[in-house]
Amino acid sequence: MGFLDRTARSLLLGELASGMALTLRYFFKKKVTINYPYEKGPISPRFKGEHALRRYPNGEERCIACKLCEAVCPAQAITIEAEPREDGSRRTTRYDIDMTKCIYCGLCEEACPVDAIVEGPNFEFATETREELMYNKDKLLANGDRWEPELARRLELDAPYR
Amino acid sequence: MIAMLLEFLKTPFGILVLTLLKALVLLVPLLIAVAYLTYAERKVMGAMQLRKGPNVVGPFGLFQPFADAIKMMFKETVIPSGASPLLFLMAPMLTFALAMLAWAVIPVNDGWAIADINVGVLYLFAISSLGVYGIIIAGWASNSKYAFLGALRSAAQMVSYEVSMGFIMVTVLICAGSLNLTAIVNAQKTVWYCIPLFPMFIMFFISTLAETNRSPFDIPEGESEIVAGFFVEYSSMSFALFFLGEYANMILMSSMTTILFLGGWLAPFGIEPFTWIPGPIWFILKVCFVLFFFIWTRATFPRYRYDQLMRLGWKVFLPGSLFYLVLVAGVMLAMGWLPHAA
Repeated sequence: MGFLDRTARSLLLGELASGMALTLRYFFKKKVTINYPYEKGPISPRFKGEHALRRYPNGEERCIACKLCEAVCPAQAITIEAEPREDGSRRTTRYDIDMTKCIYCGLCEEACPVDAIVEGPNFEFATETREELMYNKDKLLANGDRWEPELARRLELDAPYR
Repeated sequence: MIAMLLEFLKTPFGILVLTLLKALVLLVPLLIAVAYLTYAERKVMGAMQLRKGPNVVGPFGLFQPFADAIKMMFKETVIPSGASPLLFLMAPMLTFALAMLAWAVIPVNDGWAIADINVGVLYLFAISSLGVYGIIIAGWASNSKYAFLGALRSAAQMVSYEVSMGFIMVTVLICAGSLNLTAIVNAQKTVWYCIPLFPMFIMFFISTLAETNRSPFDIPEGESEIVAGFFVEYSSMSFALFFLGEYANMILMSSMTTILFLGGWLAPFGIEPFTWIPGPIWFILKVCFVLFFFIWTRATFPRYRYDQLMRLGWKVFLPGSLFYLVLVAGVMLAMGWLPHAA
């Protein structure tokens, strides 16, 4: 009996038909595709994208050259040189991030005592040459100026959990 | 002027020109159909996987096949240093040419075949069997392990499935009483053969999947095991020719299914509202329907294992089709339904 049952089932291709019915149902379902450059998926406030150096509202740069980010960076992508400025405050003279080394772990952001180095929401910073990915201080500060409203909002949203 | 033209068309040279023109009228739409079959496959499979498929090039991505063609043409044809260059370049041409050649006997409407020969079915069968040469030559000439394995697999697969396909065709021939494709379609005026010969129809469809190396029987290509099988080493237009040949073969096999089982250009049931639509339109619609099944099965089933494929071919389809052949022949003889009974 079991043999007949099995043979009949396989000869009637029941499983194949049910499989095909399933794919046919999916054929008419709503599609999940996002037309990427025109539509984008939502991003968490904790998203770790392109780096930026932030400033205080009066325009003074936040970074105090404590070099904690440089020390914590597991990929050793950050290079900092510092000396006292004319007004006596301690500031960086050089703040480079090698974006080809960076693994986007976000430890620099967590190590920073003054929220100066942050990873922003931007993930579309592909370049045509490798050299363009060696970010210097000017580039990072420019990023900060460009993304500041977004960055401040993200820090605020994430603040309760930090 | 028109009289002169008609006179010219009766000379041997005129007949040649006329045949060439006919071939052109058939092949140009065919190539466009092949291009859009690739597009349809990507769209349908995308939809079944909850994606949208190509939708960027042109409205609804309709120019995608042309973008692909242009991309292919501008690539470099790489000939591996160990390959045999003449055979290596001949193989894709052979595959493509054979896929086109078989179309000579396909009747799109009553008497619309370029060559309405009396052994149409045999011709089709012979040409589709020759297709395996393109694959074997490609696999051997590439001088690569993967290509060679792919070629061996495909040779074994095509030979296995042609046997049962042959029996299935013989069954249809017994019912129709002719090897002429036009006569076979006309014999289906009362009922399409897919109804009385339904199990054969299913078996024939599955065999065509194997014959065209389509998923779930795409083991000669087997991306996950042997990279791309017999055309690993191909690039640029030589690759495109294989690709076109494969898809042209799909359309060919679909039209074969249509002619043998789905009543070719005949309108369903031969009743009023359906007969208003001309025959070629019905033919194209039926071919599209079968092609949709080709794509649908690809989107549904995983690849067969090699030994399972052989088991299905030799231990299920061969006895199955043989049994049904004897059954049909016996019933036809007993009931006196044979078309040319003495």
